[in-house]
Amino acid sequence: MSQFFDRREFIKIGSGFLASSALVSAFPYLPFSDEAQAMVADKIVPSLCELCFWRCGIDGHVKDGKLFKISGHADHPLSNGKLCPRGTGGHGLLYDPNRLRTPLIRETHQGVQRFREASWDEAITLIAKRFDQIRDNGDLDKVAYFSHGFGASFFKRLFKAYGINLASAPSYAQCRGARDEAFTLTFGHAVGSPEGLDIANSKYLVLIGSHLGENMHNTAVQDFSNAVSAGCKVIAVDPRFSVAASKAERWLPIKPGTDLALLRSWIHVLLAEELYNRKFVQENCLGLEELRAGVADATPEATYAITGIDPETILAVARDMGRFGSSALVHPGRHVAWYGDDTQRERAIAILNALLGNYRQPGGLINQTQMYGVPNPYHFASSTRASTPFQSRFPLASEAPSNEVVDQTLAGNIKSWFIYGTNLVQTLGDQESTKKALGMLDFVVAIDVLPMEITGYADVVLPEVTYLERYDDLDDRVYRRPYVAIRQPVVAPLSHLDAKPGHEIAALLAEKWGLAGLFPPIEEYLDNRLRAAGTSLKVLKDKGVLVKEDPTLFRQPGEPLHFDTPSGKIELSSARLKSLGFDSTPQYQRQPENPAGYFRLIYGRVPMHTFGRTSNNRFLGELMPENELWINRITALDLGLKDNESVFLINQEGKKSISKIRLKLTERIRPDVVYMAHGFGQNDPRLEFAYRRGASANEMITHLSVDPIMGGTGFKNNFVTFSR
Amino acid sequence: MSRERKYAMIIDTRRCVGCSACVFACKTENQVPEGFCRDWVVSITKGSFPNLSLVNRSERCQHCEDAPCVSNCPTEASHYQGDGTVQIDRDLCTGCKACMAACPYDARYIHPDGFADKCSFCSHRIKAGLATTACTQVCPTSALKLVDLNSNDGQAEALLRGREVKIDKPHAGTKPKLLWLL
Repeated sequence: MSQFFDRREFIKIGSGFLASSALVSAFPYLPFSDEAQAMVADKIVPSLCELCFWRCGIDGHVKDGKLFKISGHADHPLSNGKLCPRGTGGHGLLYDPNRLRTPLIRETHQGVQRFREASWDEAITLIAKRFDQIRDNGDLDKVAYFSHGFGASFFKRLFKAYGINLASAPSYAQCRGARDEAFTLTFGHAVGSPEGLDIANSKYLVLIGSHLGENMHNTAVQDFSNAVSAGCKVIAVDPRFSVAASKAERWLPIKPGTDLALLRSWIHVLLAEELYNRKFVQENCLGLEELRAGVADATPEATYAITGIDPETILAVARDMGRFGSSALVHPGRHVAWYGDDTQRERAIAILNALLGNYRQPGGLINQTQMYGVPNPYHFASSTRASTPFQSRFPLASEAPSNEVVDQTLAGNIKSWFIYGTNLVQTLGDQESTKKALGMLDFVVAIDVLPMEITGYADVVLPEVTYLERYDDLDDRVYRRPYVAIRQPVVAPLSHLDAKPGHEIAALLAEKWGLAGLFPPIEEYLDNRLRAAGTSLKVLKDKGVLVKEDPTLFRQPGEPLHFDTPSGKIELSSARLKSLGFDSTPQYQRQPENPAGYFRLIYGRVPMHTFGRTSNNRFLGELMPENELWINRITALDLGLKDNESVFLINQEGKKSISKIRLKLTERIRPDVVYMAHGFGQNDPRLEFAYRRGASANEMITHLSVDPIMGGTGFKNNFVTFSR
Repeated sequence: MSRERKYAMIIDTRRCVGCSACVFACKTENQVPEGFCRDWVVSITKGSFPNLSLVNRSERCQHCEDAPCVSNCPTEASHYQGDGTVQIDRDLCTGCKACMAACPYDARYIHPDGFADKCSFCSHRIKAGLATTACTQVCPTSALKLVDLNSNDGQAEALLRGREVKIDKPHAGTKPKLLWLL
């Protein structure tokens, strides 16, 4: 009989929440009546989630104009009727008492800067005029547009028409950029989002730090769970015993920073023992011999000394990979900005998959190319006075790294930021540089739903309505089951707030800038697009999503493959990298070691939150109100630290956390690292729930290990110790 | 009159990732007040670094066949519904907490409005002809299944086949109806 925990484990969280909820209960955010019966919806509205970028189909259950429940939309291929806890609690954002209420304009009053409430007309007029001055001075190339989230598309269109070219999203250099560049270098296309991975059919799944299950992308976790249930063997490489590791055949508690060495060793064994798919490699890959020479030193024995993973395990996993061949998959991960060697590490992952021959095979990498097919009858012209495109100093940066935009701002080359839905202060690492850059800017505009910290640095703040109150553009990304889905208002915008949807804000600016016609009324625009696809807005509003099948997903026997690389083949060795002065095959370089008395800080995700975006959501806060710092139990006891004790963090540069974090003493982590969920420790008191609740991982990340290939910011070479 | 049903829940811990979607889906479906819950997730770690195991498990009222909450309820508010579930008649409940003291699974709480409350297996949904509870419907990993043990549809049998099955506190003699697959 198992030793069962009793439910106090959760109640403790619940009552902890209660203790502080007297404060928030004064706000009229609770959408429920006090009627404690199960509620029956008078209306169920299909739409799209925005609690993370997976963008699942949802059903909003509405009674008397109030949204009381959100469930997964049955037909949407990204939700299949299921939903993660974040999406389920999305109305915690809708009814958040701290939402921005009106446009705000910075003013100086008796020597003190403060915000004053403004009308939309005043705020929009001010923004339009300031940008017109910038344009008249010929300085449009000194403006940067930062964005995160689906609503960003309207502003991209607006700025393209106005002549602003520099668009940057932290989802590139701070997250998946290195992965996309590495796979493009190797296979000629990126992994995509949602990832083109046939996890559900995989028989042997290798996870490099990916903590599926805690990293809760709905369909990816559905697939993972189905694979595990069907007997897929999982190999979890992680300094922490993750939930995925608990379902694994083997957990490899690797020394952090050495993943690339391990990957090279697996390549070494696959080649040395001729375990790779020779036919596939012969027909489709270039550079095998150069690769062989490039990993010649990576014997399991040499790799043991680097990674701490014993040679027998390295060999056994490589042999199993070879045995499962095209039904084995080495997962490319998603947030890969770790150590600055990230493009090369991702290259090693791409190469391993190539050697296994799993390309477009069940259980392997798939190439999602098919869209549902929604023509856009609108042709939006670019400005004739378009500014010079941003030139990254990183040779393979296909998007502008946000950290480089900060650097350029500090160098005086960028003067204005327009920020949509991304809390840059808690996103980019090296907060001091970001704050310094913000201080140097002539003009900053921020659009957000909540008073995120970044809005406190803006000259003008524009409040947007939540994803549950607005239309956005159609979602018709490539996916294995191509679809077109609609985001529509589930409820009317809350009447006590003077917030607007993004498309309306963009239209107001367009009008001031003489770009009338750029944004037709949204329903007319959506209907015209959908009619061009043979359907209508009415159908989509009713069904939420239309889905097709993609018969081309898997390779037909004998089907020739062409790759969009310079050679047309999968490039095991990259001539492109070589010509730019980088290693043509992945080489390992040592990462910095822990200074004495310090622990490497690693971080990750939890199913109940999407980084800082949800940390003020009271509903999700009930599931997880704050983060905790995982530390090896024995190590902590040796240091005299106690379970549940709250400590400040101090990093290798002496930076002390603004708030304390509770210690979680656990066996589930290596002695040389500590781990926390990111997104907590918010530092804007206007976020009354999230303010200084737990600690911020981003705040401790003062050192960025920048990837010289594409500019990604490696976050994991930072180290912390504790202070009471 | 159709045959008598006997609802139970089969919970596959191999599938569960402990995400807590079940917890919040239940809260919204059943209007569970802030600070309380009818279902919850426990994580059980065993062993020491690096030889570890971890089981995540969603828990709720066990809908016992021999339920101490029913036998200990002085007002007959807690009762068997005849479909294998245990329910609470709020009009009869005085909030005396005898059921809470009797329940070996700590499955109940006192609602701020003064009555005992707990998981109903979404009785209102079952009565409306739905085959799922809010938690089984939302579960991203399909770890939770509501089954009718009296049905001959083969669903329960298929889920249980070849799997090690655990019930909680068998020594309590309550004949609980949450079945965990290891």
